[in-house]
Amino acid sequence: MKTFKRPDGRKPDEIRPMKAEVGVVPNADGSAMFSFGDTVAIAAVYGPKKMHPQHLQNPKKGTLRCTYNMISFSVTDRIRPGPSRRSTEISKITEWALEPVLMIDNFKSKVVDVHISILQANASTRCAGINAAIIALAHAGIPMKNLVSSVSIGKLDKELIVDVNKYEEDWKEGEGSTDIPITMTADGKITHIQLDGKIKKEQLMEAVKMAREAHKKIYDVQKKALKEVGK
Amino acid sequence: MTDRKIVIPGEVIAEGNDYLPGEGTEKRESEIVAIRFGLAEEFNKLVKVIPLSGVYHPRRGNVVIGCVENLTFNGWVIDIKSSDTGFLPVAEVPRYVNKNDLKEVMDFGEMVVAKITEINQRGIDLTIRSRGLGKLDDGIIIEINPNRVPRVIGKEGSMISLIKNETGCRITVGQNGLIWIDGEKTEDELFAKKAILHIAENSFISGLTDEMTKWFEEEKGK
Amino acid sequence: MIETPNLTGERIKGYLEAGKRFDGRKPDEFREVSIETGVSKNAEGSARVKIGKTEVLVGIKMNVSEPYPDSPDKGNLMVTAELTPLSSPRFENGPPRFNAIELGRVIDRGIRESKFIELEKLCIKEGEKVWTVFVDIYSINDDGNLLDAAGLGAIAALKNAKIPKYDLKEEKVLYGELSDKNMPLKKDIPISLTVHKIGNSLMLDPTREEEDVSETRITIGSSNGIISSMQKGEAMSLSVEEFEKILDLTEKAEREIFKKVEKLLK
Repeated sequence: MKTFKRPDGRKPDEIRPMKAEVGVVPNADGSAMFSFGDTVAIAAVYGPKKMHPQHLQNPKKGTLRCTYNMISFSVTDRIRPGPSRRSTEISKITEWALEPVLMIDNFKSKVVDVHISILQANASTRCAGINAAIIALAHAGIPMKNLVSSVSIGKLDKELIVDVNKYEEDWKEGEGSTDIPITMTADGKITHIQLDGKIKKEQLMEAVKMAREAHKKIYDVQKKALKEVGK
Repeated sequence: MTDRKIVIPGEVIAEGNDYLPGEGTEKRESEIVAIRFGLAEEFNKLVKVIPLSGVYHPRRGNVVIGCVENLTFNGWVIDIKSSDTGFLPVAEVPRYVNKNDLKEVMDFGEMVVAKITEINQRGIDLTIRSRGLGKLDDGIIIEINPNRVPRVIGKEGSMISLIKNETGCRITVGQNGLIWIDGEKTEDELFAKKAILHIAENSFISGLTDEMTKWFEEEKGK
Repeated sequence: MIETPNLTGERIKGYLEAGKRFDGRKPDEFREVSIETGVSKNAEGSARVKIGKTEVLVGIKMNVSEPYPDSPDKGNLMVTAELTPLSSPRFENGPPRFNAIELGRVIDRGIRESKFIELEKLCIKEGEKVWTVFVDIYSINDDGNLLDAAGLGAIAALKNAKIPKYDLKEEKVLYGELSDKNMPLKKDIPISLTVHKIGNSLMLDPTREEEDVSETRITIGSSNGIISSMQKGEAMSLSVEEFEKILDLTEKAEREIFKKVEKLLK
């Protein structure tokens, strides 16, 4: 083990305490909450249903439509309600992260809507959102090959860490902070990866390996939440 | 495998080449894997996943309950709580219909029990040319998750017969999760509603008919 | 979630005439109310309110800005409500629709007109710097009566709020460093209650099913019987006698809800 100490005392590969719960929005066809420590996301799924507006209908296959939204008081500086460039991009990224496992080709001209709200943010919100979304989709009975799991790997100065919090995201010392959110299918395929910062190829590959290990732990939490339904 | 258990997508339900993949599953090499969330069940080596949640997917032959959403020159557009609307053509009404006055038969917002005759590119075709089908004039409509409908009906209709007997209500269960209840008194209807919601919430329990027989005894003792 | 059919609507009306409701409640009886405060770490105050299956989340944020010219020595209040598409299949993405705008304005009026927040105590430097209080309301699940859930949520979140520290020299709000100063609030809590008229009957706290068949509603903000805000919604008219009955009904209900809220906020 390296001597590097994380600000909150976690081990480099330690994820914050996770929680997941299914059925948090009774009105929805499927719903779930997922949290990494203080980062809390909920997701609600509606559909498959008729796509409105009609010109967005795809007669060849079903459409997945995600909307990611941070509530105004999820962060210390109030966010003005409504979509931003950031939330628009994350919404699309989330679709791309989820779509490879979904089997929605038969839902021609239909849409599956996934609404993600970040209730409280302490970094890694898109990962928490993706983790909640896939459970909600499963809960809604949407056919899929597998679940996906998402985590952000950080590089603080020279060290790799798992599940970046806000304090770590803002790390300035040494080489500063590099944030690498990664989503993978349960059988280890990458469906989403982004990177902000700087890192060498070898270390990036190490980060992917770390993500894979973290995903297994996240998967267990997601699986357990779904198995609790009806108990 | 005898017990029904909850499985999640990607989970291996059975291993070995003698198993066959049924609904909600697929074969990956020699494994039968769940591709949707639900209860795994095996019968005669056929493995399937019974869904617990999700929207209604219409099928031919289903009896559904819907709401008149629109009137066209030759029939009624019916919202059957699915992603496509149903269409009831004038010809599928077992009586004389004046084409200039469709709303005399059924108007906007009225509820109807109908059967799905055909599902194709254009949409879902309905009929009310059969016993027990047609416009609803009285009673209440309740809504449950469509996946719980089989439990409310029970094996060969045993559960729904029990509820009808115990409450004295006329009940029609739509496969789309809408249920019509009509009784002498509103209290009777609400009693039937309570029983149905109890079943929908406890549809995981095995021996549900016995459980409900007990439930009725207890409720009536109150 | 279907619109309540006319069939069911007629039964609801008929049953109400006999003073009864589908879920066994009396016309003036609320579903179970739960209030949880301090649910959001990055807000200055927050509350999660559940009324039956209806759920809202309310957060308080504060920042420092210029006062309005007509109130140079008073803080500002901004109430917004979002009916999130997450919370109901009936709500859609996009700019706020009328219902969300009205909800925000009705709650705003309830707080502002009762003078519940002592805005004069939120002045930092007259004519230059005052606190702005944002009350942001989010629907999580709509099973009827979001109006009253939002009203309770706003009150509970305000009661829970602490003013952040402010660095006068740097002119910066030090978020995350809450002072021990509570939001300056009056003792009297304004309770906002909505009475619905269905058929010839008046009732409180409708479920989604009941709200669908409601013909008109009045939301009344009051504290100890003193009314400070009101809004009639929907196009059905009311007789003066009915209106008086509504006032009687809210007066009684206000006392009961107040007792509940007081207990839940302890």
